[in-house]
Amino acid sequence: MQEKIRKVVILGSGALKIGEAGEFDYSGSQALKALREEKIFTVLINPNIATVQTSEDVADRIYFLPVTPYFVGKVIEKERPDGILLAFGGQTALNCGVELHKSGLLERYHVKVLGTPVQAIIDTEDRELFVGKLNEINVKTPRSLAVTTVQGAQKAAGELGFPIIIRAAYTLGGQGSGFCYDMDELERMAAKAFSYSPQILIEESLKGWKEVEYEVVRDRFDNCITVCNMENFDPLGIHTGESIVVAPSQTLTNSEYHKLRKLSIEIIRHIGIVGECNVQYALDPASEDYRVIEVNARLSRSSALASKATGYPLAFVAAKLGLGYGLHQLRNSITRTTSAFFEPALDYIVCKIPRWDLNKFTGVSKLIDSSMKSVGEVMAIGRTFEEAIQKGLRMIGQGMHGFVGNNDLEISDIDTGLAEPTDMRIFVIEKALEQDYPIERIHELTRIDKWFLVKLKNIFNLKNELEKFHSLESLPDDLLRDAKRAGFSDFQIARVVMEGDVSENLLKVRAHRKKRNILPVVKQIDTLAAEYPAQTNYLYLTYSGSQHDITFYDDRRSVIVLGSGAYRIGSSVEFDWCGVNALKTINEAGYRSVMINYNPETVSTDYDVCDRLYFDELSFERVMDIHDLEAPRGMIISTGGQIPNNLAMRLHQQKVTILGTSPESIDNAENRHKFSMLLDRLGVDQPRWKELSSLSEIYDFVDEVGFPVLVRPSYVLSGAAMNVVSNREELEHFLTLAAKVSKQYPVVVSEFIEQAKEIEIDAVAMDGELFSYAISEHVEFAGVHSGDATMVFPPQKIYFETVRRIKKIARQIAFALNISGPFNMQFLAKDNDIKVIECNLRASRSMPFVSKVLKSNFIDQATRIMLKVPVEKPHKSIFDLDYIGCKAPQFSFSRLKKADPVLGVDMSSTGEVGCIGDTYYEAILKSMLSVGYTIPRKSILLSTGGMRSKVELVNSCRMLLEKGYQLYATHGTHEFLKLNGIESVDLAWPDEDKKPNVMDYLREKMIDLVINIPKDLSSHELSNDYSIRRSAVDFNIPLITNSRLASAFIYAFCKMDLEDIPIKSWEEY
Amino acid sequence: MRNPLPITLLLEDGSTFTGRSFGHEGSIAGEVVFNTAMTGYPESLTDPSYRGQILVLTYPIVGNYGVPNEETENNLLRFFESDTLHISALVISDYSYEYSHWSAQKSLGEWLKQHRIPGIYGVDTRHITKLLREKGSMLGKVVFNNREPDFYDPNRENLVEKVSIRQKEVYGNGRYKILLIDCGVKYNIIRYLLERDTTIIRVPWDYDISREEYDGLFISNGPGDPKQCTATIQTLARAFESDKPIFGICLGNQLMALAAGADTYKLKYGHRSHNQPVLEVGTDKAYITSQNHGFAIDNRTLPESWEPLFINLNDQTNEGMKHVSKPFFSTQFHPEASGGPTDTAFLFDLFIENIKACRRDG
Repeated sequence: MQEKIRKVVILGSGALKIGEAGEFDYSGSQALKALREEKIFTVLINPNIATVQTSEDVADRIYFLPVTPYFVGKVIEKERPDGILLAFGGQTALNCGVELHKSGLLERYHVKVLGTPVQAIIDTEDRELFVGKLNEINVKTPRSLAVTTVQGAQKAAGELGFPIIIRAAYTLGGQGSGFCYDMDELERMAAKAFSYSPQILIEESLKGWKEVEYEVVRDRFDNCITVCNMENFDPLGIHTGESIVVAPSQTLTNSEYHKLRKLSIEIIRHIGIVGECNVQYALDPASEDYRVIEVNARLSRSSALASKATGYPLAFVAAKLGLGYGLHQLRNSITRTTSAFFEPALDYIVCKIPRWDLNKFTGVSKLIDSSMKSVGEVMAIGRTFEEAIQKGLRMIGQGMHGFVGNNDLEISDIDTGLAEPTDMRIFVIEKALEQDYPIERIHELTRIDKWFLVKLKNIFNLKNELEKFHSLESLPDDLLRDAKRAGFSDFQIARVVMEGDVSENLLKVRAHRKKRNILPVVKQIDTLAAEYPAQTNYLYLTYSGSQHDITFYDDRRSVIVLGSGAYRIGSSVEFDWCGVNALKTINEAGYRSVMINYNPETVSTDYDVCDRLYFDELSFERVMDIHDLEAPRGMIISTGGQIPNNLAMRLHQQKVTILGTSPESIDNAENRHKFSMLLDRLGVDQPRWKELSSLSEIYDFVDEVGFPVLVRPSYVLSGAAMNVVSNREELEHFLTLAAKVSKQYPVVVSEFIEQAKEIEIDAVAMDGELFSYAISEHVEFAGVHSGDATMVFPPQKIYFETVRRIKKIARQIAFALNISGPFNMQFLAKDNDIKVIECNLRASRSMPFVSKVLKSNFIDQATRIMLKVPVEKPHKSIFDLDYIGCKAPQFSFSRLKKADPVLGVDMSSTGEVGCIGDTYYEAILKSMLSVGYTIPRKSILLSTGGMRSKVELVNSCRMLLEKGYQLYATHGTHEFLKLNGIESVDLAWPDEDKKPNVMDYLREKMIDLVINIPKDLSSHELSNDYSIRRSAVDFNIPLITNSRLASAFIYAFCKMDLEDIPIKSWEEY
Repeated sequence: MRNPLPITLLLEDGSTFTGRSFGHEGSIAGEVVFNTAMTGYPESLTDPSYRGQILVLTYPIVGNYGVPNEETENNLLRFFESDTLHISALVISDYSYEYSHWSAQKSLGEWLKQHRIPGIYGVDTRHITKLLREKGSMLGKVVFNNREPDFYDPNRENLVEKVSIRQKEVYGNGRYKILLIDCGVKYNIIRYLLERDTTIIRVPWDYDISREEYDGLFISNGPGDPKQCTATIQTLARAFESDKPIFGICLGNQLMALAAGADTYKLKYGHRSHNQPVLEVGTDKAYITSQNHGFAIDNRTLPESWEPLFINLNDQTNEGMKHVSKPFFSTQFHPEASGGPTDTAFLFDLFIENIKACRRDG
């Protein structure tokens, strides 16, 4: 050990965003665990309140503050730590750390950077330094030229020849990067890339080369290991975050594998990393030629994946190495007897598949390329590639049943679909096989290695073989077994072999399999391929096996918790926090905790947090398989969001004990019709609504309630395919779209109330009685999805009467549905009217936020109630709080090329933060700064939409003027401000051929904040407004599109400056 | 659809595993061992140290990149570790009938058939591995078409005799003359030495080396129980009297120990993998190594003039030794890799350095 380190600051990654998601909650939590094991006092800075790492039993002191040099500097000034960890909070933490180092602050306060030195970070982040560094040891990098102007870029492209790739330095997951095929494209993309970074790279294109990654670890004694290598199914050209990835590599010979491994070690030594890094390679598919694409001198999404793929806790080990340990001095945490200095041997294959949510955005390009757009990922484990990929395609949760056996895939042009990859490409491959495309042809179009394609063909062939049989009885056991080994679900088999209702038939397949003794086995992930005995609880199921690795107790002393699956828009780290807390309480109550989940980015899939981790599907079939083996006391389905919730009834029908609220009650709340009848019975008001059975009925209904109306299908998560329509034309258009989403469930149309406040209650009930609750209000008026809304808790601007009535309704509902466990309701309040708009009998997105602000753990209480163990009723209520929490959404529009960055009833944020302040405005300001807003320096552009929002913003504009801001406005807004005596500069619309033009101001970054309020609630926006919003995003200028939020933000930064924000930790409130 | 025939692996303890045949359709007996490497089957299958063994690969998906061509370089096959396959049979979980690689010439199954080696896929290799781990390496047989051979223990035979070269052969024309005692040498050892400006005189295991001129002596890897190689042990004991540098690998390590008067023993199930961690004794230097051995040196029996050079970080077994004063050292692992990690290739440089130093002094 080096000199004594007593207190360490660790930087988190802030809100979840595309390119920086839950993986950093996992790595940070691991690092914190490693430090606390050494009795080091940990200070965590992370405004992401929904994470596991921001829990009092994970870090010693927590600051819900922005991870920016200013705030981190202030915390360091106050805390005076001995050391700081920069590698566990993604690019956000790394960039912040580099800034602090450059400004001399770390040196000034004698803060030692633990692990990889900052210079090594800079050497990997600055392309020129990086290439120079690798040149020193004769390691090849793509031929590349760094430029700082668009002209320079053009000249460089001339030298290298098209196609070329543009990369912006210092950005998250390839932001501002992409391929260019000609000068025009280059000019456009270079301009955009320069808005992110002062320096960009013009590189030779290696499209079609294999992409391979190594996770490398080095200690201060210069000992190195590569923990894992991974091979991308999609060849180079598609961002690794957008690729299907397998581990270990499948198509590399020993010589290739070890050539790249050796290079990785040479690189990590030469750069001088202490801890972990990853090295990305391009490998020529026709020789052993290679290029090093990138080195990330920090924990990454890939390292989280590698940890889960191998069972090797990279972040934990990296933190220990940062403290001065050698790898050989640490133990393998799986076997507990062997050394941590080793390289895991896998005896399975893992397959990572990205989860996209591109359907949630208007106008976004579906093509996937060198910049990242996916919002989450899944990892599937199997003992054949076929098994892993089919599991994975189901886990993604986009309604697919595997590689084959899917419905309704319309692919107009297969060749294009293969050559120009979209989020659906793998299914285009299936279509191509159906059309008898030879493997060679598919390979030519996709450049995907033929090995992968042949394996996919195996699945396709098996389906054809199964199709020859028309009943289970005639199906040979061997064929059924082969199909299961190739990852076919009972659903797929039922669909291919049997006639009739698939959901009934799959039960018959299950019964038949059991009778024929065709059952999966449970295998351990033990890091050493069974070479040494391991007491590991890290498990998966496979059909390639004849023996379980573990024994089952059949003592009803275990409790299964269902996880939340892939992170997606509407379901992410907050449910991980819920799941992890449920596991903790289960353990405390003396039961064995069992987790089922398959998201590698989570803490709930860390085998340390439970007694048994089944890293497997959350499908009815797999959950039943595990249930049959575990024979648990019961199952908790209310902490994992909508995926487990949707399984409730089917599990219940199979006599699975669901702990807490009964599945019938869940159904009564989920089913809009039943729920509405319940509300009517209770005399609780709700917006008028009707179920669609024919268009004419809808029109009659709309005539009655008037536009706008809200249209949505039943059983929704985060408002999928939900929309507000303002006129008949939009209604017709939307109904055709919605019908596509779900045929089984009818479409619901409800009246939409404008200018209404939205209020939520998060609560826990015990045997139908309200046990604890938290009421919060949205800053925005109803119409913004609750996941995209800025939420304030406790509510500041609602009547006492409203609070009382909401509480009363919650009591009535809890009683009527006999709730035992967590639930959440949403209300509209207008003119003292309260209407219920939503009720979920499960943990909600805001559960961690309210639990942490209130300092009363709702999930712990709910879990105790579900387990029927003693629980203490919290004595604190919202009226006792003398501080305010504010939860703000994080958007990732900059990643989603062409998407309209506007808010609506459909959720589009990818993450959130939660900050605490002594005043309303302080909380708002902290949280807005945490999601990337900055206090504008001078110039603000206003385009304030319709009359209502224009009026609403008058006072704010006046404040801005008084504060000395320069206002710019589009014509209408300018006129309106003038009428109100507010001075502004009139700018021409983007499509006007006039100067001064708004576009020039945006392009030249002469604007610090854009406030653009859409004119109506429809998604069809005037192209001018769209151009302004999109340009603001593309040129990285803060944008606000909601007048209520704009006004709150303006008030906040006009009332207080950055320096006025107190630096207080969570415990100080 | 393909219709592979059933084939069974039968273990000494009575366990049976029936899978499908993808290699030679025949029966055979041998010692069942497992290897946990994730790449490198062409290298493993041609490694003479596997002589007499039925090899179980724990990595489940095998055959992916086919089998490379038979190009030669310096009179050695470029992509293999010897001229032929040495395993008795191959047992895997999932076989890739179709392979994909620019260097591939045939499939693994075709190659096995060509060399009349049975191959089984579709069995639970993890289950088999756990049996071997718990009960120790076992004898076993592969049974095809009910033709059941008797159990056969290869360790009772002098396997080295079967895999060693018959006649002296010389490779390269470098500065340093290396006398290589071939107990079943892997070609990559020869390649690594040739890269270091050497001339290799490769001689049989029981060759009388007294008439050979050399700068350094090398004792290779090889199969089976080291105690079977009495001739080599005697040769080494004599070589220890001289001061010329000696380097031994794997079986070579064990033979040197026996020649020095130490003892060897059979490990429960051996080390066969690419991820064995070793620590250089008395330092903080650790290396990941490739290994393939069933026997080991008993460190407690090392005479005073020898000391452990490396130990295994997982189970503390001997991973190499060195003479306290003379330039003699050996490793239990395979610094020549192929397959496996190349971290310890520097030991070949050390050997050459020893030769240089010895030449300067002499």
